[in-house]
Formats: sequence, C-alpha cells, structure tokens
Amino acid sequence: MTKHLKDYNMADIKLPENKIQELKDVCASFNHDSGDLIHVLHAAQNIFGYLPAEVQELVANELNVSVAHVYGVVTFYSFFSMIPKGKHPISVCMGTACYVRGAEKVLDEFKRLLSVKVGETTPDGSFSVSCLRCVGACGLAPVVTVGEKVYGRVSPEDVKGIIAEYK
Amino acid sequence: MVKYKKQIRIALRNCGFINPENVDEYIVREGYAALGNALTNMTPEEVIDVIKNSGLRGRGGGGFPTGLKWELTRKVDADQKYVVCNADEGDPGAFMDRSILEGDPHTVLEAMAINGYCTGASKGLIYIRAEYPLAIKRLKIAIDQAREYGLLGEDIFGTNFSFDVELRYGAGAFVCGEETALIHSMEGLRGEPTVKPPFPSESGYKGMPTNVNNVETYANIPVILLKGADWFSSIGTEKSKGTKVFALAGKVNNVGLIEVPMGTTLREVIFDIGGGIKDGKKFKAVQTGGPSGGCLTENHLDISIDYDNLIASGSMMGSGGMIVMDEDDCMVSMAKFYLDFTVEESCGKCSPCRIGNKRLYEMLDTITQGKGTLEDLSKLRNLANVVKDTSLCGLGQTSPNPVLSTMDNFLDEYMAHVKDGKCPSGQCKALMSYIINADACVGCTLCARVCPVDAISGEKKMAHLIDDDACIKCGACMDKCKFGAIFIQ
Amino acid sequence: MDLVKLTIDNTPVVVEQGTTVLEAARSVGVDIPTLCYMKLDDLEFENKPGGCRVCVVEVEGRRNLAPSCKTACDEGMVVNTHSVRAINARRTVMELILSDHPFECLVCAKSGKCDLQSLAQDLGIREIHYQGEKSHYKGDESPAIIREMDKCIMCRRCETACNDVQTVGTLSAIYRGFESVVAPAFEMDLDHTNCTFCGQCVAVCPTGALIERDYTWQVMDAIVNPKKRVIVQTAPAVRAALGEEFGLEPGTLVTGKMVTALRKIGFDHVFDTDFAADLTIMEEGTELLGRLNKFLEGDKDVKLPMLTSCCPAWVNFFEHHFPEMKDIPSTAKSPQQMFGAIAKTYFANQLKVKREDLVVVSVMPCLAKKYEASREEFSANGDADVNISITTRELAQMIKNANLKFTDLPNDDFDRPMGESSGAGVIFGTTGGVIEAAVRTAYELHTDKELARVDFKELRGFEGIRSATIDFDGLPINIGIAHGLGNARTLLNDIKEGKSEFHAIEIMACPGGCIGGGGQPYHHGDVTVLKRRQKAIYQEDAGKSIRKSHENPYIQKLYTEFLGEPCGEKSHELLHTHYFDKKKKIEI
Repeated sequence: MTKHLKDYNMADIKLPENKIQELKDVCASFNHDSGDLIHVLHAAQNIFGYLPAEVQELVANELNVSVAHVYGVVTFYSFFSMIPKGKHPISVCMGTACYVRGAEKVLDEFKRLLSVKVGETTPDGSFSVSCLRCVGACGLAPVVTVGEKVYGRVSPEDVKGIIAEYK
Repeated sequence: MVKYKKQIRIALRNCGFINPENVDEYIVREGYAALGNALTNMTPEEVIDVIKNSGLRGRGGGGFPTGLKWELTRKVDADQKYVVCNADEGDPGAFMDRSILEGDPHTVLEAMAINGYCTGASKGLIYIRAEYPLAIKRLKIAIDQAREYGLLGEDIFGTNFSFDVELRYGAGAFVCGEETALIHSMEGLRGEPTVKPPFPSESGYKGMPTNVNNVETYANIPVILLKGADWFSSIGTEKSKGTKVFALAGKVNNVGLIEVPMGTTLREVIFDIGGGIKDGKKFKAVQTGGPSGGCLTENHLDISIDYDNLIASGSMMGSGGMIVMDEDDCMVSMAKFYLDFTVEESCGKCSPCRIGNKRLYEMLDTITQGKGTLEDLSKLRNLANVVKDTSLCGLGQTSPNPVLSTMDNFLDEYMAHVKDGKCPSGQCKALMSYIINADACVGCTLCARVCPVDAISGEKKMAHLIDDDACIKCGACMDKCKFGAIFIQ
Repeated sequence: MDLVKLTIDNTPVVVEQGTTVLEAARSVGVDIPTLCYMKLDDLEFENKPGGCRVCVVEVEGRRNLAPSCKTACDEGMVVNTHSVRAINARRTVMELILSDHPFECLVCAKSGKCDLQSLAQDLGIREIHYQGEKSHYKGDESPAIIREMDKCIMCRRCETACNDVQTVGTLSAIYRGFESVVAPAFEMDLDHTNCTFCGQCVAVCPTGALIERDYTWQVMDAIVNPKKRVIVQTAPAVRAALGEEFGLEPGTLVTGKMVTALRKIGFDHVFDTDFAADLTIMEEGTELLGRLNKFLEGDKDVKLPMLTSCCPAWVNFFEHHFPEMKDIPSTAKSPQQMFGAIAKTYFANQLKVKREDLVVVSVMPCLAKKYEASREEFSANGDADVNISITTRELAQMIKNANLKFTDLPNDDFDRPMGESSGAGVIFGTTGGVIEAAVRTAYELHTDKELARVDFKELRGFEGIRSATIDFDGLPINIGIAHGLGNARTLLNDIKEGKSEFHAIEIMACPGGCIGGGGQPYHHGDVTVLKRRQKAIYQEDAGKSIRKSHENPYIQKLYTEFLGEPCGEKSHELLHTHYFDKKKKIEI
C-alpha cells in the first residue's frame, strides 16, 4: 500500500497564489520552527488537499530544512498523501474487528465496481479508495467511511448502493 | 461504554456522565480538586509517594511503575522539562484513549499538571492521532477553558507553579506509540525509535528530561490523589493495581469498552460481560495486547488478568485491545493478519523488524496457501525468536508474539495446513474446494454462467463439475445456486 | 574519570564510563562484527543508528540481546559475545539482510571491497534460509555517481555523511518498513538535486549501492583511436593512495610506478596536475594579494576573506547553498581545469594538433571532478577542456586490465613541460596544503624576501577547522582552514554574519582534503589510512628540490611564452571562471 512516486502523475501542478500565502502564514505562525514540520504538513494538506512536490519544497524553504528531509517525513506517515484524493474519498476499515467481519470482501467490491486499486482515484476524480486502520467503531464492523459519513455493518451487497448515493 | 456488572469505573468515571465541553461539570465531580490539593498542601515528593504507593503501572502497554517514572524525571537536573501524554492510540480495535479524551478531557489536563508539578516541568504536550478530530476539538476547548479558569497557565491556584499544555499531531504511524519514536515525531522527524538508554527521563523532547505517560494512566491520577493510595491498591492483584479498560471486540455478543478490576478472569470478561460468543459458536481464542500481543485459548480463560499473568501466558496487556475469535477463525490466518499490520507499520530502521517481519509474513502466507513444509515451521519459530530477541524497539520485540503464541497454542492447525493441506476452519481460500453435490444439482447452468473464470462445466440438466485448479474460490457459484448443491470442503 | 569493571567473554575489562561494549571488547581483542557502525575519529563522522543488529551480544540479566555499538558498559556487566544465542541471532539477521540483496556479487563494482560480502564470509554464511520478495527502487545514473539502491542495506552511513558531516541535505531515509531506503527528495536523480558530488556517500557505503560512474572504457576508446592524441594528468592525492589497490600499505608513495603504468597503458603524454596546481597558486596568490592591497588602500567593497576554489564539490556547495556569497571565492579555476585549458591551447599549439584531436584525461581522487569536467563553461565549441575524468579506483582497474604487475613496475618521471611541479603543488592533496602553497608564494611576492622556512606546520593537521596568523613581514595575515562541508558551512555563516577575521580561507569538501576523496581506495572506516596518506604527501613535498610554485621553471616559461602575467588578460580568459546561483527557486 506504500505510495511510490513513479505512480504519481507529476504533470504541471500549478499552485494557487492565495493558498501559497496561506501556507506561508502558517509557517510564520510556527516561527518557521522545523520542529513543527508535522503540524505544518497537516496544515498544508488541509489547504491543498494533498502534498505535491512543490508544496514540500515550499515547506522546506520556509522551515529551513532540506527537501529530502520533508519528503522523508511525508513518506513515513500514512496520513500524508502525494496523490489528490477523490471528491468522495472512500475508506474501508481494515482493523481487526472489521477484518474478522468481512471488510476485505467489502473492499474488493469497491475495487471491482470502481475499477481502481487501493490508493487510487477514479479517472473522473470523483472517488478514491483507501484502507484505514481502526476508526474506533468496532461495534459497527465492518465500517466504511465516505468523506465524513460513516457506514456500519456493510456487506458487499451494500457497496453498489453506497456508490450510487454519490453519483 | 457497555454497562455490565463486574465493572468499576475509575479511568472512565466521567465518560458519558458529564458534558466534556463544559469545565464546570468536571469541577462539580471533584475535577481539579486533586491538582489544587497537591499544589497547596503537598510537596512534589509527597505526591510521587502517593502514586508509588498506589501501585499504578503504565497503561500504555509496558506496565512500568508510574510513580517511579515520575521520580526518575524529577531527579534529573535541567532548566526545562516536559511531560507528554501519549494519545497515539494505534492498536487496531482499541479506542479507550479516544473515549477518555472525548468524554473527559479535563482529567488528562489535570493529571498532566500534577505530573508537571511533580517532575518540575512547566510544559505539557499531548501527542494525539490526527484521525481523532472530535478528541482534538474537545481537548482544545478544554485547554481554553482551563486557561480561562486559571487551571493552566501562570501561578496556578495562586501558587508559583506554572504549567501549560499544547497539542502535537500524529500522522499515522503505529510505531510512534513507542516513546522515543513519539518524541522524534514531535520534533518534526521521521518517527524512528532510538536505542534506550538514554531514556526520555534523561534525554527526551529537544534533549530535555521528558516524562511520557498514556491517556489511561493519566486518567487514574486525580482519583488516586483524591481517594488515596490505599483505596487504589485495594483494587486488583498483588502486582497489578486498579482497573484496566479494554476494548472488547470480535465474535462476542456485547462489544465495546469495559473497565474491570485487575484480576478479573478472561472468562468473566468474555462470557459475563461480553455475553458470550456470537451466534452460539464455540470460543476459540482471544487476542490481548493488540497486534503485538498473543492469542490465548480455552486453557487460559480462568487466569486472572494482570500484567505478569498475561506475559507468563505468552501474551501481554498492551494498551487493552481484546479481540475474541470463534471456531470459524483460522489461527494461521490471524497470525498472518497481525504480521501484515506490523510489516506495514515497521519503521524500517532495524533489519530484523524491517526484513524479518516481512519474511515471517511471507512464510505464514505460504502456509495458508498450503505450500508450507514442516521445515518451514521450525524456521518460522527460529525467525520469530530472533526478531523478538534482536529488534530495536518494542514494536519489533513483540511483533512475533502472534506467531509464537499461535504456534504454542494451535500447533495442530499449523500442522493441518502443512501436512494435510487443510485449513480446519475453512478460512484459507487456497485450501478449500468448492464442490457440486451431483445428487442435488439439477443442471440449471446458473453456476457455470456466473463463474468468472469458466471453471464449471456440464451439460444442461446434467450434474455440473467444478475444476478445482481453475477455480479462484470466489464463491459466486455457491451464492447463485438455488438448490444448495454447492458446498465447501 | 570514572572507571567501570565488566567481563567480556570471561575476560575482565576496565574501561572509562561511557565506553561502549563494542569498544571495550575491541580493547581486549574481542572483535565483534559490525555492519552499519562506522566511526572516523577526528573527522566528526559517527554513524551508529543501532540498526543492522549484527553486533548484538548477550548481556546477563537482560531480556533481549544488546547492540554492542550502542550499549554503554556498566559496572559488573557480564557480556557474552559468542553464545549460541548471539551467534544464531547474528547469523539469522545477516541472512535476513542478504535475503533482501541482489546476488550479483560476481559482477558488482564493489566485489572484493564490500563490507557486506566480507561479513558474510566472516560469519560463514553458506545458505540463506529465509527467502522472499526483494526491494526494488528507481536507479539513478548521474555523470558522477550511480545509485543502485536495490543493494542498499539501510546502514544510513551515506545519510550521516550527507547530512551530519557535509550538511548538504541531499539524502534522507524515505518510506518506511520493508520499503524504506535512502534517496534524494522525490527519488529524483542526483543531478537534479543540490548534490555536490563530493562522493562521501560513496566513500562510506558498505555495499555496491553507491558507486562512481565508470569511464575507463571511454579512456580505452580514446587511446586506441589513431586520430586522437591522449594525454593524462594525475592529481596529487592519487599517488599517495593508488598503491592500496595493489596491496601496498596506505601512505606508500607510488608516483614513479604510476607514471610507468600510465605509459604502458598507452597515454601519449603523462603529465601531472601538480603542474597546474603551481599555476593555480600563481593566479590565486596574485588574486589574494590584489584583494589585500585594495583592502589596505581602504577599499571597502573588496571581498575578503578570499576563499579557495580548487575543490569542485565545494564550488557546487556554495552555488547551491550560499549563492549570495558567490563573489567571495577566488575566480581561479581548479588545477584540473587549468590543466585542461592550457593543454588545449598552449600544448596543443606546441604539438600542432587541433584541440578536438587532443583528449585530456584526468585521474582524480574525486567524483565531483567528473561533474566539473562536464560543466559547460569549461569547454570550447562543445569540446571539453578535460574530456574524461576517472578516479584512483578506476585507474587501478585500468592497470589491472593492462595486465601490469604494479608492485614490480620501475619508477619513471612525468613528461615535460606539464609534468614538472614544485612541492607546493603536491600538498594540494591534503587539507591545509593549498593555503600553505599559496602562503609560500604570496609571502615572497608580497615581501620580495625569501622565506626563512618553507614548512608552515601551523597550517597542517586534521582538526576540522583550523586557523593561524602568518606574519607577512609586519603584515599579519589571518588564515582559516576547513575540511568537510559542515565545517565550511560554519565558516561561511561567520562570514555572513560579519564575524570572520580571516583574510583567506582554504576549503576542501572532503574530510582530510583530497586524500579522503570519494574516488580514493575505500578506507573502511580506518582513519589512519587517511593520516598515512597525508604523511606521504608531505614526504613527497619535502623531497622536492623546488618547494614554491613561482620557482617552477616551466611555470615561469609558460608565463613568458604564452600567458604574460598572472591575472593578466590571457589568464583571465583561460584560467579564471565565474559562479552561478543554483539555489532552487520555487516556481509558482
């Protein structure tokens, strides 16, 4: 499930000016302290939706650390992504409880119906599929989240209906 | 929170009973009284003595005596010290820390301030998973309210003790539950652990003495100070005092958070509190201690739960995940599932964890494919022992536990996979065969048409046949058959 | 100092508090194997992540095996380094590392010099019991360094060299777990990063993951091409290390044998970069005096201290990291490039061959020289001044290919004119040498007096940052020296903050100077290797009849016949350069 750069579409990414200023302000609010790198990356991902190379270079510059260091941190933590998420990010919980109650089959069904692999986004940008570790709703296992919405006791048969809600 | 008998609520005492976004409701339930009393009537040494005498041990997994840890940090001379709350709860299936932070955030703040008073730290940091937005929101509200009331900040309770708390976010790395990795993550680095010593109590956050405790440990502190060490140590077993919160999950009827006195048996937890196994199935095993814990069996049901008993049985307390498995669960697959988790979460710094866990996973995978040999089993055990013996941090030192404990307790299942090519629980896809009962088959051809790989042949109105070599065990045929003619062997 | 007593393999040991079990064991002849661990005393290089776990030992009373490199000795400790448990663990861990390594040893550039390979032999590994998926990473071929990260074992030595010692920050561990590896940001190729090509990552890599780009076949192609006249120049540090590749003791000078070997390989003219080093001193020394005179005349805009510029990795460093200070270093080209420029003009004219038909090969202790030779400004009409740059290691390979028994070769001397050099040219090969050479010449040019003593011991040594004040007949000149880019950064920051008192600073990117270059025979963590090479360099200097660059008769001849005067018009055209701002700008 690890993200490899070669899988990314590195086509010209233009960063909007106002968002860049926003990120610079965030760095300034942390006094450009490299110890707050992870906070800054969280903020950057909130602002841009993901962390393209240009954003990481900007962060490195603002915090006076090497880009390699920033990239090393970004690739270490699973929360950070270099791929833009779909408009409706689908996450299937693969925690133990969900797993023993059939989460894998649910995941397979999402993959099949959307023709994407885990970590990918549909070509139209509307859905992305990822796995989650426990979301802390084991009583509802298996659990699927689409954006902020949580679906509990999901069976493979329910998958089609869930996708349809967002089409 | 599941409400059942045999529970005592200490850590969870306020969860569900107060509005967590209103500090007054916490104060009404004796909130911040322990801090006030400690600051105005007790010396730091006296407070540490109470904690030591209570017998409280770290609830994050290691079980290190909390009072002793505080004392170690106190004894180090430094201009700046830190107290840290480890809220990077990452065990799949565990959510007790989240419940406390969401339901009773002030208890953590109060305990951290007490810890600061005892260790000589003026700054507290809570390292919390970014995946817990509600807990973050409530902590922020709680911090603001506490500052407003003068319970955090300068000169608390009119004393010259000053203390404040900040949040630090995790970013999805299980290894950051290990305290040195956590500290590096708070410093903006990759969450790689370092060899101890030096312990954080000597050199931690920014190289300064740092005391790290987890959420549940902190949640016990105010109560201990209010009710006394004797009261607390009267609960539990000889070496494990107080209660423990567990996240009960898996194949039990009642799932959820429970808090029970140390010494409660697994049987009481699973059958009395958990209401027994779902769908009337047979109990098979319980995994305690999260992904690095061990699988315990029927034989262990009557041991009383405490740190030492669980370790002696080949498992551990961990942070309190408890997953119950029934007769349908394949123990080799379970071990493989947990190894999959540790392979994903290994930081990669030391070779036994980075490569060893991967190889363990691959060997388990081979076994679940029915391709394992007897020799593989002895190699598996040797490798598991070496990974445990040589890994740098707690993650690698415990990751082979699921393998070792299932090999100890369910060797027959491993043997069935390698010797007979059978999965006794019928969970391992590669080892099952879909078979058509020729007597029940009417030759409707429905199964042949639904088969995605054309593995089913047969004339119309004649019994059909599945080619086991071609079959991908997707089960579509069985779902489709209206006559119940397809079964798994 | 507090002492602690402990027992290692039944031998009582007394060591100072804070000593590691590994060090204590080695002090009593117990040689615990290590892999990721590397410590270069005096060079501020220490890599001990405690990651490989090969050095684990059994400590009585401890639940788990302890990494001896990271475990401090305690009073009363009982250590067993070769219990069955420790040996089994060590071998199993080694098998794991090998199970994720390509088995290309027979054709690997590092074969025979590979720490991983020799450890596998030492441990007697005959079978890998644990097989499985192997990691694969994007390859990277820059003009100087090749990264084959499938061979990386995550020892992190390169990361330590790049970040802690050199403070360049090109490399970092990326990803995590089984996927983790060391790489530049976004796994970019090195030539798209801020890499200086100092090659210190290569110098410390225990496996074949990081190696130099091999140009030996391009050299052979040129030699066998009848249309080409091929000349070679050899850098000063090469002669002090080449012998190691043939089993000679580190610090054995092999100048004469090297010259013979180069002739036998087929070079048409065998020259010495030391000649160009003398030329560099003429230009750089004159430039320094010019700046000093302006300063003494009250010119406030003059750039002081002047920094040396003969180290190409150092040039890359300030172009990437301190572009705002690119006016401070001397504009003099490095000896390699001065040699190329003179060879393709003055010498080509003498030979009456077209510059395109003259192939200039350099043998360097360095990887950055490969990059420097490829810089566009060092070429004319697409023809590089230095066509091919190879390392000391590559030269050794060529000597082996030529079936020469190196140790039996007779001594020979360099060709003229570009083979004559002074002792000042020789000491360019070690930290402190360039500035000492410059002082010898600048002093005499400034004072018009002969130096009473030629050896400036106060400029020599191994400390990372050194300083000395030299009396130029009443004018005190403050000299600074830094080797290792981290030390250079310290001095640069001082200059930036206006705190620097120096008039001239010598900077070498590699710890030890060129003797510790990324293209030298591997030192395998033994700092005495570098120290012995340094000694050899000073020995060669002491044995020279001419010790000062301006006294080199062929240099004098070059100026009268061709260049005119130092820092004159022709010199500026051929021997000086300019620098670029290479700091990456974020494009929006």
